[in-house]
Amino acid sequence: MLALPCPHCGTRDEAEFQFGGEPAIRPPSAVTDTVWADYVYMRSNEKGPHRELWCHAGGCGQWFVLTRDTATHAVLP
Amino acid sequence: MRLALGGRIDRAKKLSFTWNGAALTGFTGDTIASALLANGVKIVARSFKYHRPRGVFAAWVDEPNAVVDVRWGDQHDPNARATLVSLQDGMVVAGVNGYPSVAHDAAGALDLLHRFLPAGFYYKTFMTPSWHHYEPRIRAMAGLGRVGAAIETRAFETRNTRCDVLVIGGGPAGIAAARAARAAGASVLLVDDRAELGGSLLWDNATIDDGPALDWVATAIDGVRVLSRSTVFGAYDHGSFAVLEDRATAPTGWAEPRLWVVRAAQMVFATGAIERPLVFPDNDRPGIMSANAVLAYLRQYGVLPGRRVIVATNNDSAYATAIALRDAGAVVEIADARPDAPNIEGIRVRPASVPLATGGRGGLAWVDLGPCDGSRRERVPADLLAVSGGWSPAVHLFSQAGGALRWDDTLAAFLPDAAGRHVAGSVTGAWDLATCLAQGHRAGLDAAGRASDLAAPHAPASALTRPILPLWGLDLPGTRQWVDYQNDVTAKDVRLAASEGYRSVEHLKRYTTLGMATDQGKTSNVNGLAILADATGQDIAAVGTTKFRPPFTPVPLAAIAGLRAGALFAPLRHLPVHDDHVALGAEMRDYGGWARPACYRGIGETTAAAIKREATNARFRVGLFDGSSLGKIEVQGSDAAAFLNLMYYNEVANLRPGRLRYCLLLRETGVVYDDGVVARLAADRYLLSPSSSHTAGVLAMLELWHQTEYPTMQVAFHDVTAAWATFAVSGPKSREIVVALGGGADLSEQALPHMAMTETMLGAVPCRIARVSFTGERSYEISVPSGYAHALWRQLLDLGEASGIMPYGIESLSVLRAEKGYILIGTDTDGMTLPVDLGLEGPLRAKKIDFVGKRSLLTPDATRPDRRQLVGLLPADPAVVPVPGTHAVLRDGGGKRSLGWITTACRSPVLQRSVALGMIESGRARMGETIDLFHLGQFSRATIVAPCFYDPAGEKLHG
Amino acid sequence: MSRTPFRTRYSAAGLLRQGLAGQTGWGEAWRAPAPKPRYDFVIIGGGGHGLATAYYLAKLHGANRVAVLEKGWIGGGNTGRNTTIVRSNYFFPESAALYDHALRLYEGLSQELNYNIMLSQRGVVTIAHSHHDMELMARSVNAMLINGIDVELLDAEGVHREIKIANRDPDARYPIHGGFVQRRGGIARHDAVAWGYARAADAMGVDIIQNCEVTGFRFDGARVVGVETSRGPIAAGRIGMAVSGHSGVLAAKAGFKLPIQSYALQAMVTEPVKPVLDTVILSGSTGIYCSQSDKGEMVFGAGLDLYPSYAQRGNLPVGQTIIAALLDMFPRFRTLKLLRQWAGIVDVCWDYSPLIGRSPVEGLYLNCGWGTGGFKAIPAGGWLLAHILATGQHHPISAPFDLNRFTTGRLIDEAAGAGIAH
Repeated sequence: MLALPCPHCGTRDEAEFQFGGEPAIRPPSAVTDTVWADYVYMRSNEKGPHRELWCHAGGCGQWFVLTRDTATHAVLP
Repeated sequence: MRLALGGRIDRAKKLSFTWNGAALTGFTGDTIASALLANGVKIVARSFKYHRPRGVFAAWVDEPNAVVDVRWGDQHDPNARATLVSLQDGMVVAGVNGYPSVAHDAAGALDLLHRFLPAGFYYKTFMTPSWHHYEPRIRAMAGLGRVGAAIETRAFETRNTRCDVLVIGGGPAGIAAARAARAAGASVLLVDDRAELGGSLLWDNATIDDGPALDWVATAIDGVRVLSRSTVFGAYDHGSFAVLEDRATAPTGWAEPRLWVVRAAQMVFATGAIERPLVFPDNDRPGIMSANAVLAYLRQYGVLPGRRVIVATNNDSAYATAIALRDAGAVVEIADARPDAPNIEGIRVRPASVPLATGGRGGLAWVDLGPCDGSRRERVPADLLAVSGGWSPAVHLFSQAGGALRWDDTLAAFLPDAAGRHVAGSVTGAWDLATCLAQGHRAGLDAAGRASDLAAPHAPASALTRPILPLWGLDLPGTRQWVDYQNDVTAKDVRLAASEGYRSVEHLKRYTTLGMATDQGKTSNVNGLAILADATGQDIAAVGTTKFRPPFTPVPLAAIAGLRAGALFAPLRHLPVHDDHVALGAEMRDYGGWARPACYRGIGETTAAAIKREATNARFRVGLFDGSSLGKIEVQGSDAAAFLNLMYYNEVANLRPGRLRYCLLLRETGVVYDDGVVARLAADRYLLSPSSSHTAGVLAMLELWHQTEYPTMQVAFHDVTAAWATFAVSGPKSREIVVALGGGADLSEQALPHMAMTETMLGAVPCRIARVSFTGERSYEISVPSGYAHALWRQLLDLGEASGIMPYGIESLSVLRAEKGYILIGTDTDGMTLPVDLGLEGPLRAKKIDFVGKRSLLTPDATRPDRRQLVGLLPADPAVVPVPGTHAVLRDGGGKRSLGWITTACRSPVLQRSVALGMIESGRARMGETIDLFHLGQFSRATIVAPCFYDPAGEKLHG
Repeated sequence: MSRTPFRTRYSAAGLLRQGLAGQTGWGEAWRAPAPKPRYDFVIIGGGGHGLATAYYLAKLHGANRVAVLEKGWIGGGNTGRNTTIVRSNYFFPESAALYDHALRLYEGLSQELNYNIMLSQRGVVTIAHSHHDMELMARSVNAMLINGIDVELLDAEGVHREIKIANRDPDARYPIHGGFVQRRGGIARHDAVAWGYARAADAMGVDIIQNCEVTGFRFDGARVVGVETSRGPIAAGRIGMAVSGHSGVLAAKAGFKLPIQSYALQAMVTEPVKPVLDTVILSGSTGIYCSQSDKGEMVFGAGLDLYPSYAQRGNLPVGQTIIAALLDMFPRFRTLKLLRQWAGIVDVCWDYSPLIGRSPVEGLYLNCGWGTGGFKAIPAGGWLLAHILATGQHHPISAPFDLNRFTTGRLIDEAAGAGIAH
């Protein structure tokens, strides 16, 4: 049961949030199939500090990037 | 037997209960276990594997043996721990896992075969002819209690709370910690699993601050929030804890257990310690008990479990038990494994002496005492053997919360590594009251993070402080020395596992089932690890422990689910006029999380007949449909058009205000995520209509793309689904009803053609009227604020009465839309459907911008010619409706290959025949072909046609 | 097939003999060898898949210099943390071929390994809760029948015949509308699968090296030629990785990414009770799956936790929802008590199908991304990886599961087949 820091609303219970996956840089559509597949499907999936998107869906609706340790679940600065 | 005096029971309140049918009595304040002991009951259970007779061993949460079936009123607990259940008047208690009874169990004969049934024996046999040959009989032997036939209906409450400091454990250290943290200004929650605070103070007769310890307890908790009878059973992330409050004997009267979810900034673990059994031959006989439990039964419950007692120990804690027993009138001897023996008045203390064997039928009669090597032995009569093998700190929650453990050789215990965490009391290995109080005080201040001038509590130092002599079993070949009582794991089993290569502590646990019984290894774990260490030549520290997992003690499922179970489990959303539908006889079903009318069956009418009637009526006269669950997302801003054009597959920027367009929304993978009508209300305002079950997802997707990919665009989104009710009036006679509604909007074909909308007023009520059709007939979707939904619904039915208006449900709509070939997302599409599969290729060619999912439509697989494509199918037998899910197959000799499947099928009332939609491989190239259909072994045939069976030119939509 | 040269064969007669001798003569089930400097094949990961790979390499391909490197204790990952269900009721022909290959191997495994894995083919009943569910189920059942998988569609009464204690209340949140059963499906003793493969592989000379963590790869140019481990470097001809729950971590060490995200998947057991549930049940709508172990415990689980995690523990709110779903189907379980809650880390591939085949790095081969379905696939996962390692070529069964499907777009989306709600 995480307590996550919404940049607008402060620390709230995980029930208010929606996980949004790893942020990725979107290439233009002129790239090769391989480059496109890297963007759409490939994930760094780190064990340890992991940059990830969250949305305060049950609150202000803000999407934000959070660094969280996937081994301990600690939210990192 | 019950002593005449003493104990914290209420002797004025006598309680009657039955044990295996026999009427017995106890007192308020008793547990089932203390009452059984007071009544002289020796055998309370049978062990899991060998069906050995077992008695009560412990007095609290660590009890390995006394699992019983308890019924009280309409309550039933099939696997109750007798040491934890407060006795109630009228309780019906029975043994489990024994037939005909636990006292005389036919399966007890299994024990004679023990030499052939070592740990893991089942991995080595039962393979011929196969496991199935043996499994039913083995299953029947296993299990403890029986699941009750009745369904208990208690509603379990869940509460949430937070605090600065959570103190776990209401013994002396925990109370001192709570007291100090409170004095330092913190909000403190003290959770303790007993009915009375004090922990060991309840039976220690101790002194704190120069007065009776329990008097100190009463004042120490001033200002502290206390949850008694409450077990912290799980430590979860970010300072959250799950607590089960047992309210069965609360002063306010009986109530169901309650789950608390606590979020704490800091916590103090003052969770105490659990006494270990000694491991020696035949140490599982009824009448052998934990020394500390014997003390608790004496002092808390006024029960003397034996009159001729041997106290066998390797540490000083059991001396208190021996002295208390002596004072209660028992004949007591102490067998101390250590070579030196203090003088205790009235008690013979045998140094360097351990139990070497025990005997007695149905209970304990004698104990052989002698040195560890068994070189000498003396048979001593006894009806109670109180044992202490040392103490294991209750590090379960500390470890669950992420704390590290370290093995301490001197204390012979796994201790919490306190760095950065707050621990106090016997969980740290401290056995002395003065030390526990000082630790608690310090931990409370540290947890509060502030100083206080409150003086620490003090207590006299203990008299006996000799070190423990670790003793992990006796090297006596041919004997059976139990480590895990309930699961019947002996020291020899542990050594066998090690010799076979199961040397990891987790392998040991899994191979022997050590620690996997309902007591979760509370008494057996450390003894087992130590024997494994010895067998593998490792240090205990290197062996380590198995992982501590929630729950700390078994918790009823209904209590954990709490309010999430029952009516609040994934609650269905209701439409604004839900009651009107029900009143009209609607059959309400779950569609994507909404309760919606499937159809409105008349009296005596079948569902099929109702669907046919409703569909026909909408087709030829007029129908009324509640579309309120359809999503409504308003999109506003100067960049609304440009932004939505990047989101949608279809072009939406060139849509004129007041016009609507059917659009697809894709995932970045190119897969069709949702469909719906996009309406442009004004140059800078759109209204989206996602599917009922996708509204939240679409909103999240728009927000994500806006905030992360296009943050500079001026656009905002608002989900107004619940704010508006929408009713569709559909059919050739729809216009006259909507005109009759008034409101002054020009509803002529020129002013409001198909796929156009207008905003107007119905009296003082704002209203939107959209020409959009999912039936293929001229349709008007009328939206009003949901507060007016009932009035509008009634009015439309009244106005339409002369025209023959009838409400129609989803199933009827599904027939109408199937006749038109309109798809339903999630029914006709799946997680692999691309727009091209639906025949919607235009935007991919025409739209130059990088809309969501575009690039994925260009991969080799997306452009493969043999993809499954949406087609219509006309079954060869027009009277037979193929079951959706029927496959189209290519028969090839004896084999067959799936070409795809039927996604929608119905009997079309207008065509008077069966029609179907399907996703068929290379479907568009197969137009006119007749193919084989396959359903549950039966074959039939159908012809592939265009996916529109009625009014393909769309003339009915207009005019 | 040649007979595996076990040091001691397991049998009832052996138990009797050993019983008279104090059960002291069984010997080690597997050795504890020190790592050699070089092997023809190094398998990273001593779970079911890795041990099975080593076994089939030795048994079917004659490989005799094979090592399995396990960073902890064998079977300690998802092999020992799942709900022990085996089934092959998958939708797409590619998946059916894969999982049925596994199930067929399971069916002979106790005999082949001379180790009772307690395969209990008690049937797996998948429940439909609505008309719509039934239509999707018919689609699946027909697909399976076409693929040659033994399944039967059931109406509501048919489900109640299989599951006597299921909720009959039509007002349940998810009432029972029907379902289908795969009778060859069931459960097996998860630890025994790892131990059985380990013992048999060891008997054929495979070195099973526990407490040996791979910390990096050794390259010769672009090709991987060995591993760095906590017990020193080990050279290898070909390397297979079967490290569910850690695939991303190892891939990063080798310098590539995978279409995988790792999540915690919870599992729970109740206290044991006398037998009341004779089949395995699954519900697509609630994601719940449950069976009663031979000990009598209800073993159950459902959906994934909601965010990536390598912490092998479950989240409380998700646990509460899982239990609520169980109680909706079995209201009589309300009084049962939860005994243990834990989690495995599952590597979830984008399309819920596994990755088998070459990695982007030469010399390194993949067996990963099984998501929630790894246990049921162990024999096939090992068999196929052994084939690829030994021959350098895909077997026809594994070819569709190559990593290249993410570039071509030819995904195998088994979201429905995985049996959990996505």
